[in-house]
Amino acid sequence: MTPMVDLFALLLTFFMLTTSFRPTEAAVIDTPNSVSEKTAPEKDVITILIDKENKVFLNFDNGQDTAVLIRKEVLKKMAEQYNVTFNEKELKTFSTWASFGMPAEKMKAWINTPDSKDREVFQTGIPIDSTDNQLNLWVRFIRLQNPNAEVAIKGDSDADFKTVKHVMDILQDNQVNKFNLTTNLMKEEAKLEE
Amino acid sequence: MAEIIQAEGKQKGGKKKAKKFSTHIDMTPMVDLMCLLITFFMLTTAFAKPKAMEITMPEKKDNPNEEAPKIEADRTINILMSGNDQIYYYFGVADPKLPLPDLIKTDYSKDGIRKMLLQRNKTVFKAVSELREKVIKGEEVMADSTLARRIKDLKKSDKNAPIILIKADEKAKYRNIVDIIDEMAITTVANYAVVDISDIELQMINGTAVSAPAPK
Repeated sequence: MTPMVDLFALLLTFFMLTTSFRPTEAAVIDTPNSVSEKTAPEKDVITILIDKENKVFLNFDNGQDTAVLIRKEVLKKMAEQYNVTFNEKELKTFSTWASFGMPAEKMKAWINTPDSKDREVFQTGIPIDSTDNQLNLWVRFIRLQNPNAEVAIKGDSDADFKTVKHVMDILQDNQVNKFNLTTNLMKEEAKLEE
Repeated sequence: MAEIIQAEGKQKGGKKKAKKFSTHIDMTPMVDLMCLLITFFMLTTAFAKPKAMEITMPEKKDNPNEEAPKIEADRTINILMSGNDQIYYYFGVADPKLPLPDLIKTDYSKDGIRKMLLQRNKTVFKAVSELREKVIKGEEVMADSTLARRIKDLKKSDKNAPIILIKADEKAKYRNIVDIIDEMAITTVANYAVVDISDIELQMINGTAVSAPAPK
């Protein structure tokens, strides 16, 4: 028994030390492959997720400064725009969660749904069409709160380029011209024929 | 006094008894817990850190009448992408007032678009791979950042290297764009940009473009 326990203890220590938790995401996204070996930024990043049904989700972090919770401040600003009010508890809850994708009007109901399975129903995507361009407002408010934020686009291989282009246009309207396209590493070799 | 002696006697007796006990403890609950924790960590760990390719888009102009920067037509390769993984390329410019260039259909495989790009970008590709080989063989020793800068310089040095304009229509998939930008990295093309597709190019893909008569 003792050798087994020893082994378990070793494995446990290894996993505890090397672990970096996989963030929960609003949608399953199968990213395309590329040869890029640059690791994606982890802090100060706005992640825009586009799933294969062209629904847009958003995730952003609270920033390096632990005194200010950026997510909280941004949600407050959005609430002002859409005449919704969030109490302190709701803001706090939102600041600890990850990606989301729903119109701002529905966010209160989403935050107050206790069961995570029921919550998934709300993930219908952030409106990006010109009549109700909520993504634009989100990006603007996040950039105001956190000017260092970089943008990462995590699109599904089967997402339409049209949607991605539209998202990029929205970002460019907010003076973001540099994007990180999240991909899987896949080695490729090229040889010149003589 | 008698009491104390009695107590002492009892203690001594206890010690003697304790020696008979085995030193083994039941470890099963601890092992159970460790099993659970290991399972938890194995399932939640993200080993492969996500990678990212950087892309900088041309800045949007405030004034729509402002002209786009001129590029040399003979260095330009236009790559057009459409639905169902269709990909075409043509050289030069497509101007409705001039005879249209030939639209060549190709594919995403390594004998398709990559072959063409490598042919056109031969000098830079050769120089970069030679440098990389030297570093791998240990003939030249340099830091990664130095290597990156040297490669960048090499890419800039060729004044005849192709300029690639990447254009996709509305039916193209996100995967296609990433694949093409990736080809640029594989074939060490330095100058490329993702730009909007024009009407005449859309017509060229559909096969409805009418070429202007050749000048007499």
